[in-house]
Amino acid sequence: MSNRKLSRRDALRAGAIGTVGLAAGAGGLSLQGLGQGTAAQSPTQESHHDMITVGQLRPGSFDPSAFLTRFDGGNVSRLPSGQVLREYELVAEDREIEVAPGVFYPAWTYNGQVPGPTIRVTEGDRLRVHFTNKGRHAHSIHFHGIHPSGMDGAFEPVHPGRSFTYEFDAEPFGLHLYHCHTVPIKRHIHKGLYGAFIIDPKEGRPPANEMVMVMNGFDTNFDNENEIYAVNTVAFHYQKHPVMIRQHELNRIYVVNVTEFDLLNSFHIHGNLYRLYRTGTDLQRYEYTDMVSLAQGERAILEFSYKHPGPFMFHAHQSEFAELGWSGIFLVQEVPSA
Amino acid sequence: MPELQSSAPPERSPADPLSPEPPRTGGVPLWFKGLAPLVLLAGLVFLFLRVGPVGVFRATFPPVEELTLERIRLPEPGVMEVSVVNGGPEAVTIAQIMVDDANWVHTVDGSRTVERLGRRTVRIPYPWVEGEPHTVTVVTNTGLTFSTEIAVATQSPAVDARYLGTFALLGVYAGVIPVFIGLLWLPFVRAIERRWIDFFLSLTIGLLVFLGVDALEEAVATSASVAGAYQGLALVMFGLLGTPLVIGAIGEWRSRLRGGRTPLWVAGLIAFGIGLHNLGEGLAIGTSYATGEIALGTFLVIGFLLHNTTEGLGIVTPLAGERPRLRTLLMLGALAGVPTVVGAWIGGFTYSPIWTTLFFAIGAGAIVVVVYELWRLFARRTPGGLLSPLNATGVLVGMLVMYLTGLLVTA
Repeated sequence: MSNRKLSRRDALRAGAIGTVGLAAGAGGLSLQGLGQGTAAQSPTQESHHDMITVGQLRPGSFDPSAFLTRFDGGNVSRLPSGQVLREYELVAEDREIEVAPGVFYPAWTYNGQVPGPTIRVTEGDRLRVHFTNKGRHAHSIHFHGIHPSGMDGAFEPVHPGRSFTYEFDAEPFGLHLYHCHTVPIKRHIHKGLYGAFIIDPKEGRPPANEMVMVMNGFDTNFDNENEIYAVNTVAFHYQKHPVMIRQHELNRIYVVNVTEFDLLNSFHIHGNLYRLYRTGTDLQRYEYTDMVSLAQGERAILEFSYKHPGPFMFHAHQSEFAELGWSGIFLVQEVPSA
Repeated sequence: MPELQSSAPPERSPADPLSPEPPRTGGVPLWFKGLAPLVLLAGLVFLFLRVGPVGVFRATFPPVEELTLERIRLPEPGVMEVSVVNGGPEAVTIAQIMVDDANWVHTVDGSRTVERLGRRTVRIPYPWVEGEPHTVTVVTNTGLTFSTEIAVATQSPAVDARYLGTFALLGVYAGVIPVFIGLLWLPFVRAIERRWIDFFLSLTIGLLVFLGVDALEEAVATSASVAGAYQGLALVMFGLLGTPLVIGAIGEWRSRLRGGRTPLWVAGLIAFGIGLHNLGEGLAIGTSYATGEIALGTFLVIGFLLHNTTEGLGIVTPLAGERPRLRTLLMLGALAGVPTVVGAWIGGFTYSPIWTTLFFAIGAGAIVVVVYELWRLFARRTPGGLLSPLNATGVLVGMLVMYLTGLLVTA
C-alpha cells in the first residue's frame, strides 16, 4: 500500500521516457519532494506526496490518461447534399466506477464511462446521435449549442429500454458539453451523465497537443457534498501519472466544468500562463492568465507552451478541491534547442 | 366459559400459573424437549451459512456499514494513529483516509477489510498542528465516510516513568487527597449528637445520589460512541442493574455468615461505590488530559479537592459509633481514592469507550446499592426515616454541595 514507492516508480519511468529536465542523478527522487528539499525531522514530509490517495485502481478500470487525448469523431459519411454526417451511438447504463483507488461509486454512464466520450465535430456537420437507455431510470442527452426545440433533450425523457435519435447541425464552433436533463437533474448529472462536446471552427485551430479535462466531483456518501474531486473522474490520477508534454510545444486543453454542489471550480497552472478562450466561440483570446474560475456548465479553451522543463502542478485553486483529488502534474520534457 | 370451569376443576391453581404440573412419565425424554429448539436453530443457522437466506434478503445496494473511529492518538509530531472498530453487520473495507478534507497517505496494521467486530490502527503521517482541532475521515470502498475529531491536538503521552508519575499525581490530586482529608471528619462525627449524625448520613445520601446521576450521565453519554455491535446502552444496563444484584447477593450471603450489616460493612460499601465512581472519573480525567481537552490547572485541582473531600465525609459518617483502627480507615480511603489513579492511568494511555461506559455504569450501580443500604439503615435508626425535616434537608444539602463544588470542575 506504499504510495511513496508507487510515485517513485512513476517518476523513474518518466525519467526513462525522455530527457526530463530534473536535477541529474536525483531525477526521479526530486520529483518526490516536490518543493521539499531536505527531509523534515517529523515522519511526514509535508510534501505533495503525503497528500494523496493510496493504492491503485483495479485493472481494467477507466483510464483517465487514455481519455485525456481521445476525441471521438463518430462514423463519418456524407449526406446527398454533400454535408458531412457524423453518427454516434450513446448508451446510458448503470455501472459501478472507481473514483479513487478502492472507492467505488454507483454511477450512471454514457457508454460505461464517466465522463462520456468526447464528441468532436466541425462546424456545419450534421450530427446524428442514436441514444439507447439501458439504465433503470429515464435519461436523455441535452447538448449545449444551437438546435431545434425537439432535439434539446429537456422535454423528451427516454425511458428504460427506449431509444431516441438526436439530429441537428453543429453550431456555433466552440467548446460545449452534453449532459442528461432528466429530473432530478442534480442527481442525473452528479451520477455521471455528462461529456465534452467540441465543435471545431471550419478553418480549424493551430496544431497543438490537445487534451480534454472535465472537472467533476463525486458525492460518494450522498450527503450533497463531494468527497472526491478530479479532472476526468479519478482523484489524483494525473499526479500519480503525470501528463507528459514537451518543452516549447503548443498545448491546448479543453476544460469543461460539470462539478455539482459547488458554485465554482477553477483551473490553475504552475510556472506558466495560458491564453484563455472562454467557451471557445471566439478566436480572439479573452485573457492571458494562470487562473480561471468556471461555474457549472461553463467551459474554456486554454493554450500554452512551457518555457522551462520539469514537473509543474496544475490544480483547482480551491485548495479543498485540490486536496480531495483535483490536482495533477505536467512533466515537461526538455527539448534541446536546435 | 363457565361450563368448562364447572365441569372440570382446573389442574393448576389459577393464582399460581407457574406451579409445576406433575411430571409426565414415558413419551419423549426431558433432555430432548429441552434441546430440540436449539438443535433446530443450529440446523437453520448452518443452512443459512451454507446456502444463504432465501428470498428478500439479497439486494444490490451495499449493506449498511458502520465503522467507529474510537480514538486519535498523536504519538509524535507529524504522526496520527486512529483506532477503528467495525461495529456493523458486515465487513467494511477502508479505501482511503482524509484528514481535514484532504486525502492523505497512510498505512493500516492488517487487512484493509475489517471483519465484524474487527479492529485496526491507521497510521497517518500528517503534520498536525499543536493546539488546533483536526478531523479524520475514513472513506470505505462503497464511498461511505466515517469521521472523528480531535478537539485540541497535543502529543499523546507514551508509557514512561514521567507520564506514569504525572497521571498518578493527577489521580492523587483528584481522588486520593480529597478522600483522605474527608476521613479526618471522623472525630467530628463521633462527637456530635445522634440527630446530627443522621443529618450527615442524609447528606451523604445526597452526595451519593449526585455522584450516581453523574456517573449514569457519563455512562449514557459515552455509550453513544461505543461501536453499535457492542450495544453501549446494554452495557449501561449491566453496570447499573448487575452491580446492585452482585453486591446485594454478596451482602446477603455475608450477613447470613456473620449476622447483620455492621457499620463497617456499610462504610466499606460506600467506599467501594465511591471508588468505582472515581475509577470512571479518573478515566475521564486521564483521557481529557491526554487529549489536551483539559489542562491540570490550579483551578481544576482546587475544584476536585473541594468536590471530592465530601466523599470522605460520606465514608466516615456510618462509623460515628465505632472505633475503627487506623489501618481500617486507611484501607477505606484507599478503596475510595486510589481507583482515581488507576482510572487516570488507563484513561491516559488507552481510551476505550466500551470500558469507560462499563466503569461508569458499574459506578452508578454501586451507588444504587449504597443508597439502598443507607435507606434501610435509616428505616432502622430513626422513626421519621429520611423524611424527617432535618434529614430531608441533609439530602438536599448533600446534592447542593456537590452541585456547587461541581461548578468548579466542569472540564
